[in-house]
Amino acid sequence: MRAFLTMLGVIIGVASVITMLAIGEGSKNSIKEQISSMGSNMINIRPGTDFRGGVRMDMSSSQSLTYKDFTRLKEKSTLISALSPLVNGGGQAINGSKNWPTSIYGVNTEYLKIRKLEIASGSMFTEANIQASAKVVVIGKTIVENLFSGGQEPIGKMIRFNNIPFRIIGVLAEKGQNTFGQDQDDVILAPYTTVQKRILATTHLQSIVASAKSEETATQAVEEVSKIIRESHKLGEADDDDFNVFSMDELITTFSSTSQMLTILLVAIASISLLIGGIGIMNIMYVSVKERTREIGLRMAVGGKGKDILLQFLTEAVMISITGGIIGVLLGMSATSAVANLLSWPTAITAYSIIISFSVCVITGIFFGWYPARKASSLDPITALRYE
Amino acid sequence: MERPIIQIESLKRDFALGTEVVRALRGISFTINKEEFVTIMGASGSGKSTLLNILGCLDQASEGVYKIDDIMVKNLSGNELANIRNKKIGFIFQAYNLLPRTTALENVELPLVYNSLFTAKQRRELALEALHRVGLSDRLHHTPSQLSGGQQQRVAIARSLVNDPVVILADEATGNLDSRTSYEIMDLFQDLNQKGKTIIFVTHEPDIAALSKRIVLLKDGRIIKDEPVQNFLLAKNILSTLPKED
Ligand SMILES: Nc1ncnc2c1ncn2[C@@H]1O[C@H](COP(=O)(O)OP(=O)(O)OP(=O)(O)O)[C@@H](O)[C@H]1O
Ligand SMILES: [Mg+2]
Repeated sequence: MRAFLTMLGVIIGVASVITMLAIGEGSKNSIKEQISSMGSNMINIRPGTDFRGGVRMDMSSSQSLTYKDFTRLKEKSTLISALSPLVNGGGQAINGSKNWPTSIYGVNTEYLKIRKLEIASGSMFTEANIQASAKVVVIGKTIVENLFSGGQEPIGKMIRFNNIPFRIIGVLAEKGQNTFGQDQDDVILAPYTTVQKRILATTHLQSIVASAKSEETATQAVEEVSKIIRESHKLGEADDDDFNVFSMDELITTFSSTSQMLTILLVAIASISLLIGGIGIMNIMYVSVKERTREIGLRMAVGGKGKDILLQFLTEAVMISITGGIIGVLLGMSATSAVANLLSWPTAITAYSIIISFSVCVITGIFFGWYPARKASSLDPITALRYE
Repeated sequence: MERPIIQIESLKRDFALGTEVVRALRGISFTINKEEFVTIMGASGSGKSTLLNILGCLDQASEGVYKIDDIMVKNLSGNELANIRNKKIGFIFQAYNLLPRTTALENVELPLVYNSLFTAKQRRELALEALHRVGLSDRLHHTPSQLSGGQQQRVAIARSLVNDPVVILADEATGNLDSRTSYEIMDLFQDLNQKGKTIIFVTHEPDIAALSKRIVLLKDGRIIKDEPVQNFLLAKNILSTLPKED
């Protein structure tokens, strides 16, 4: 019982280390996974601050990206496998008495490839639809659910977006939420020409999205894209970019390092409870050495050497911490699965987290058991035997 | 066969107590041969335990010579002393000093645990044999709390026998026992001595001392008498005259 209470510190320490690491690792994995499911080779080109008028304009209202930039990229880039203009606008989608606030994305046919989207039923609009600024849309599952009552076939139906009628020609395969909690199925895709003319009444592009040919060349692709657009914008050596290019790689790095920091913080907290556990072990070992002074004396009287006694008490301390460690690992694993099930957080128990906390346990046992064991082994046999 | 097992000469032991020096042993000399059964007697504080502790290599003399089984015990390291205790000496204490919550068998095995020459199987065999010699074959798996005082002391005697020591040292081994049990233990010692064990025994009681073959009398750290017991008695005979309990 007393040994169990001593172990409690170690148990809680190890269990929390395991759980914290599992949560940290799990969220890191899921961020990585989701970012790459968004298209890990994706490159995003957005308009930046436009200096040419001498007035800094708000980034979103900046109109520095045009269709000309898109065609330049299409002609000149060698490291890009797919390219699409992107214009989007918010509004109300309506089907009869049902309506749903959402966004419409004006894109070209290559957009599906860039975002790793698939058509579940119907088809994607065509190049001809784009040329004609046709009022056709491909919609996500959330739109289907909110505008059509159960089982109704959306393909071929008309819906209105901001009072403009569109014919549904395709439905996207389900994608779920992304890392930021956004519903990726809450989308309407239409030819960019249609969105430009009929909804936004603009000739500019809000962004251009592209896919690098491979993950390895993504960074070079970003540089190439920058160079082409600088040329296209006729920027001189001294001019700053009036646009921004992002790749998903950078996002992944940013997020991983954030969750890494979180993991370190959690582990630091858990280490404190391990330390407290270690002090508990030291304490009980001191009590144990004191209580068993006569036993130590006797063991020495029948031939036990100092190192035998040292080893005995050290082993005991390590046994306590290892037992605590095993219980802690089991507790940590069940706590992790509880977190995974009850809170549906992503978790991942890695072998290294178990190995680390286990070795920390052994080290804690040796470290905190050493001093009491040392004390026991240096007792004088007669004094120890006489101890009351 | 007159082979000396224990030889001491001018043995002195001083204890420094603050500024004072307690001279517990002031120059003691004797030789104890193989198969002797010696009692050390004397008033309280005369130095009996101090002497026995030195003989048992638990303590070291301040001055003088001590040889056990022809080994000079002087300037030995802690490990070397532990080795002598482990292989040459069997110690029996007044308070039994058995490990609590540990079976008789495991208690008896203890000295062999510290001798790497023995395997677990040999330890078990030797411990069984030792417990058989003290008549406790039917109490192998009892823990000390399940045994009477006399039985506990028998376990302690078995423990002192298990490493086949050259000498058994007992400090008031019957001090905690009633007189009948004391005689039973003495009967066991006489039997062991009969079979060739050298025994040195500390006691206060002349009745008990009379059951040994030689008495050394200490006073204030000096030997004042060292002579053989004249009319040697058998504990067995005394036991038969005592009323049986129940
Ligand atoms: N560690 C010590 N420090 C100081 N003095 C000691 C120590 N051990 C023994 N003495 C002293 O040495 C003397 C002899 O002690 P010892 O224990 O040998 O007596 P004893 O004959 O065994 O007595 P008893 O019959 O009461 O057991 C005593 O005066 C005692 O106070
Ligand atoms: Mg004494």
